[in-house]
Formats: sequence, C-alpha cells, structure tokens
Amino acid sequence: MSGLLYLIPIALALGLLGLAAFLWALRSGQFDDLDGAAERILFDDEER
Amino acid sequence: MNAHAPVAPPQTNALAPDVSAYVQQAGEGLHMLHLMVEGVHCGGCVRRIERALTAEPGVIEARVNLTTRRLAVTWRGAATLGEALVGTIARLGYRATPYDPRQLASGDAQAERCLLLAMAVAGFAAGNIMLLSVSVWSGHVYEMGGATRALLHWFSALIALPALVYAGRPFFASALGALRDGRTNMDVPISLGILLASGMSLFETIRGGEHVYFDSAVMLLFFLLIGRYLDLRARGKARAAAERLLALGTDPVTVLAADGRSQVLPAERVAPGMTVLVAVGERIGIDGRVLTGRSEVDTSLITGETLPQVVAAGNPVFAGTINVVAPLRLEATAVGKRTLLAEIVRLMEAAEQHRAKYVVLADRVARLYAPAVHGLALATFLGWTLLAGVAWQTALLYAVAVLIITCPCALGLAVPAVQVIASGRLLGKGVLLKSATALERLATVDTVVFDKTGTLTLGRPSLDHRMPVDRSALELAAALAGASRHPLAKALCLAAPGVPVATDVEEVAGQGLRLVTAGGEVRLGSRVWCGVTDVDEESSGPELWLARSDRRPVRFAFADPLRPNAGEMVGELRRRGLGIELLSGDRAPTVAQAAAELDIEDWRFACTPADKSARLKELADAGRHVLMVGDGLNDAPALAGAHVSLSPSSAVDISQNAADAVFQGERLQPVVEVLDVARRAARLIRQNLGLALAYNVVVVPLAMLGMVTPLVAALCMSASSLLVVGNSLRLRGRS
Repeated sequence: MSGLLYLIPIALALGLLGLAAFLWALRSGQFDDLDGAAERILFDDEER
Repeated sequence: MNAHAPVAPPQTNALAPDVSAYVQQAGEGLHMLHLMVEGVHCGGCVRRIERALTAEPGVIEARVNLTTRRLAVTWRGAATLGEALVGTIARLGYRATPYDPRQLASGDAQAERCLLLAMAVAGFAAGNIMLLSVSVWSGHVYEMGGATRALLHWFSALIALPALVYAGRPFFASALGALRDGRTNMDVPISLGILLASGMSLFETIRGGEHVYFDSAVMLLFFLLIGRYLDLRARGKARAAAERLLALGTDPVTVLAADGRSQVLPAERVAPGMTVLVAVGERIGIDGRVLTGRSEVDTSLITGETLPQVVAAGNPVFAGTINVVAPLRLEATAVGKRTLLAEIVRLMEAAEQHRAKYVVLADRVARLYAPAVHGLALATFLGWTLLAGVAWQTALLYAVAVLIITCPCALGLAVPAVQVIASGRLLGKGVLLKSATALERLATVDTVVFDKTGTLTLGRPSLDHRMPVDRSALELAAALAGASRHPLAKALCLAAPGVPVATDVEEVAGQGLRLVTAGGEVRLGSRVWCGVTDVDEESSGPELWLARSDRRPVRFAFADPLRPNAGEMVGELRRRGLGIELLSGDRAPTVAQAAAELDIEDWRFACTPADKSARLKELADAGRHVLMVGDGLNDAPALAGAHVSLSPSSAVDISQNAADAVFQGERLQPVVEVLDVARRAARLIRQNLGLALAYNVVVVPLAMLGMVTPLVAALCMSASSLLVVGNSLRLRGRS
C-alpha cells in the first residue's frame, strides 16, 4: 500500500502535464481552425 | 443585391469595398489585412488562395481559416498593396470582404475560451478522480482498509474541490443571476446539486464515511460544460462567419466646402444643405437633391429595381444607392438617422420587436424541470427523516443522490449535440446559421415567401439569349460597352468575353455611348439615343440599341435570369406541402413572368418594404409560420419580422444581419436543404429529450429509495449521455 504514496502523485503529475499541454495548444491557436487542420495534412508540398 | 460584385466575374470588381481602412501595421514595414472570404469550402480552396497570395511579391504569410472562412495576410511593403491582393483573390473567383478583427473579438470568443478552459480542468479532474474512485469501488468488494479508503477520498477531495470552484463558475454565476432576479433556471438545480454533493462528500470524507460523490459531481460538470461549449460553438462559429460589418454601409462622403476645397467626412458629420460630390461608382452616403450633373443611379438596394434610374438636376437621390454613369453634385437634404436608409433600418427593428418571443424547447423543459427536481429531492429528505426515521446525514446523502442523478447531463447534451451536428452539416452545404433558435423555428415552417430580384433571380441583367443576335454587332457593341459601368453595358461585355475595349468612347449620361470611327459614328444606348422611331418590335423589358450609319439599328434585349434550379427548388418545396408566395418590389410584367416561369400562383408586385412587412404580419396572424427568403434592403424589415428568415450571401449587409441564416452560392437548393435538416434535427431533439426523460423515470425512484451508490450514479450518468450523443450522431449519416 505504501506504493500508493508515490504512485498517486506521479499519476496526478502526469495528468497535470496533459492539462498544461492542452492549455498551451489552446493558447497557441492550434484549436482555431480544426476543419482547416484536417485538410492541411493532405497538402503534399507545403513550401514554408 | 447587384450592388455587390458577383462571385465569379472579375470585371465587376469596380464596386469592391475600399480595403485601405482595414490594413493594419504589423511591425517594422509589415502590413496585415483580415478578410472574410466567401466561397471557400475545401482544402483545395485554402491551398489555391494561399499559393496565389504567397506568390505575390512582398507577401510573407497568407493563412486561410477554413472553419471561419477568414484570411489573414501579411506583407512587406506599402499599405496600398492590399487592394491588389483583394484583386488577386477575386481573380481566383472568391469574394473577399475586409473586416476589423478587434470588432469581432467580441464577448463570444472570450466566453468560448473561458468554457474551453473550464472544460479542460473539469475533464482532467474527472479522469483522475475516476481512477481513484474505481479503486475505492473495487475496495468495497475486496475489503479495502478504512485508512486507505480515507486516503483515496482525501486525494479525490483535493482534486475535486479546486476543480469544482474553477470549472463551476459559469453555472454558479448564471444561477446566482437568475436567483437575484427572482427566477429559476436550469443552472439553479445544477449549482445546488454540485454544491450539496461536494459539501456532503467533504463531510463524509472527514467522518471517514463509505460513499463520496466527488466523481459524480465533477463528471456532471464535465458533461454539462461539453454541452455548453457545443451550444456556444454552434451559434458563435456560424454567426462570426456571417457577421458582415455594417460599417461597410457608412462610406465616407466628399463634401465641397464654401472655399471650393473638397473634404472627406464621415456620413454622420455632414449637415443638410452642404454640397456633396459623388464620383462614378461611389455609394451615396446621404439623402440629397441633384444640383448639377446628369447620371444614372442604381437604386436596387432600396427599391429592388434591377435597372438604374436616370437622375438630373432637381431629382432626389437616396443614401445607399450607387452613382453609375457620371459624377454628380448634390445638396444634402437628410443625413444619418433621417435618411430613407435609416428609416428602413428602423422599420426592421420595429418588425423584430413584433416577432413573438420564441422560447426554445430546452428552456421550456427547464422551467418544468427545476421545480420537479427540487421537489423530489426535498421529498426524499423529508420522507427518510420523518417516515423512515433515519439519521439526517443519511437522508441528506439520499437527497443528494437524487439531485445528482437527475442533474440534466443528458438533457444538457440533448439539444446542443444535435445543433452542432446540424449546423456543421449545413455549413458544409454553404449555409451559415446565425441564430441559435433558427433550427427549431425552421422545423415548423409551413409557408415560404420569396423576394424576386436577387433572390429568385441573380439580381443582375444579362443578355437575353432567346433573341437571335448578330455576332459582329454584338462584338462591336461590347467594344463600346467596355468603356461604361452601366449594368446593361457590363452584361453586354459578359456576353462577348475577350472583346478589347474601344478607345475614345464618349459616354452621355442617361443616353448612351458614342464612338467616332472611319466608317462614321457608332452609337450604343437607349432607343431615342440611337434614333429608332419605328416601334414595331415588342418593347417590354430593358434593352440597348446599336446604331451604325450604314445599317439598320440592332436591338439587344436583357433579362434578369432566374437562379439555376429555381424552378426545381420551388417544385421540391411544393412536394413537401409548403405554401409559396412571391413578394416583389419590381413592376408587374417582370414579376408576372417570373411567377409564371416558376409556377407560383400567389404573387404581388410593387411592394414597398412596409407592404412586405404587412403581408408577413397578415400571414402570421392567420397562424402561418413563414420562412422569408430575401436579399435586398427592402426585404430587411420582412426578414426581421418573419417567423424565420434566410438570405443569400450576395445580399446587402443589413439583410444578412436581419436573416437567421445565410446561404452561399448561386443555387437556391440550400433553401430545401435547410428545411430538411431542420426537420430532422427537430425530430432528433425530441427523441433525445424523450430518452433523457425515460432515463429519469427509471433511475429517480431508485435514487429516492436510497439505492444509488456513487458507482451506480457514475454508470447511469455516462450511459445516458452517451446514448443521447449517439442518437444525435445519426443526423450525420444518410444524406
């Protein structure tokens, strides 16, 4: 049972990492154009 | 209507809006322009536009947002380059309108982001607490020690309480606002449920109790936030895309000061009596009287008339019309709120207020729902304490279970899930829903009223191909016509593409064009201008004559063609059992002809905006639910007053604002499409509400009997929500 004492914090930290990643993605505009993103992956010669 | 450039031909770019006002500084030597691009519907369009723009010299970045159909382009160099870039987009066949992003970054975007953040936090908390809860539930079977369970409960509390405080704010704020006004709404039982559940759970945790409801409370919040977010997104996205800024209608006015200098003023700062100069192609910003000059004015915005009207000294002109042929000098008679344009806007606002207050189905359900839930929870508490005589803590726990289990997870998702899918589907077909309640109102439509010019027809004249035309005469006429902005001249050019414009063409306002060649003078214009006296040919409808010294004058007849598939569309509407009417501001013969072609029996001609409104009110009083389809400013009051309204994206800004939905493209098929999707969406929403109700009927008695443990609550809530979402997804299937 003592394993829980560090396993739970680790699980929570990983979860928080995911949350932080989502917040970052949201702030950097990655959710602004979901339809466009779905199409852009099919462009084969993106020159930039 | 025809005041706007049509989507395809680049020739008609003359009236493209002035973009310079929208160009922004984007750092050292960089400029940026935001545009709404119409006609973008797939990745191919995105790529074509971005490629064409990045190929232009100086352009650093061009990015099209496919979701909102907007484009941001950044370039190095002069601000005036923006004009050329809009031209580039127009040549690709897309219509671009500049907008100011700061004006659009309204409350909705802020609210959407706020909800998304709350949703992320709630989702994170729900997932992690559920992990802990599963351990606790397993522990009930495998005899977990009390200390371990208490530890897991404390961890849950640690995650849940901050998350609830943060993510619950939208609901708490709304519930508080409602209570302060002495009302109750859906958020009151939600907030109460969440607060009671978490308070009770904290109490149980401290006491070392067996059951806590942190997982249910957070999951509930998570599901509800999803519903809220979808709801906002369904409305916000489409509205933002359709939102044309009315600012485009307020063009600056050139005023001639007493000392002879000209000065550009915003329309609202012009005083009556001032002398105003109007250039060719300019939209007139004020009501006035012509002082000097002779020209033709495109009044389609106000009257719906296809052909420009000749004006000369002494004639009145109105704000919103476009000067087509020659410069004019006007004396301002009315400005701002006094203009005819403003009058129409007022009429529209009045009509909007007359529109019966529509209460959304979900709100009607909520009105019954809140008291019912509170009553049941209270009955449970009283029943257990007074009748069964259990401890008040246990009774409260049961009451909390009732609140949680009845909390409208499925109910909160029932409507928005369908709406998001429906509006997404419609967006794919080029229809933007602007109003949240539009879908529900569309589903009840039994009568469709159409405007003619610009709605059933394309709203711009084109050469009538039913008359035989001599090719060489047409080409000569087109060469002359290229020098003019007159709509009929433009139509001639379109009928003979690729003909070079003749030089030294002289235009006489209100009469026609003249060109002196080696073979004598050539004239193109009105019957009188070309010296035609014999009236043997049938003479209805707009026409141009071409006169050459050596040959008989040639007549070109024009018609405003019906939109492709207009007849088919009317037939399909009739097959669905809908009544169809035609209300037009145009003259009797043209309306009669269009009505005959489309096989519409009920038609009225020469309708003023007030007439149209009155007719719609008449229909509404007769108990009909009318869908109004119109595009002109003269339709705006009718659009605002109808049960629900639809307008083409070529419509004037005010009409698009007044309409509940906007459709793109030249075809009218979306009208049928919208009605079909709305009816199916309404059916699915009713099914979903039925499912949610059935779920409550089954589980509420269990909760009242105290048989709902946290595990059962979690299972019931997720199952009902999944069921409702799954049912909504059926709208996506069959087309």
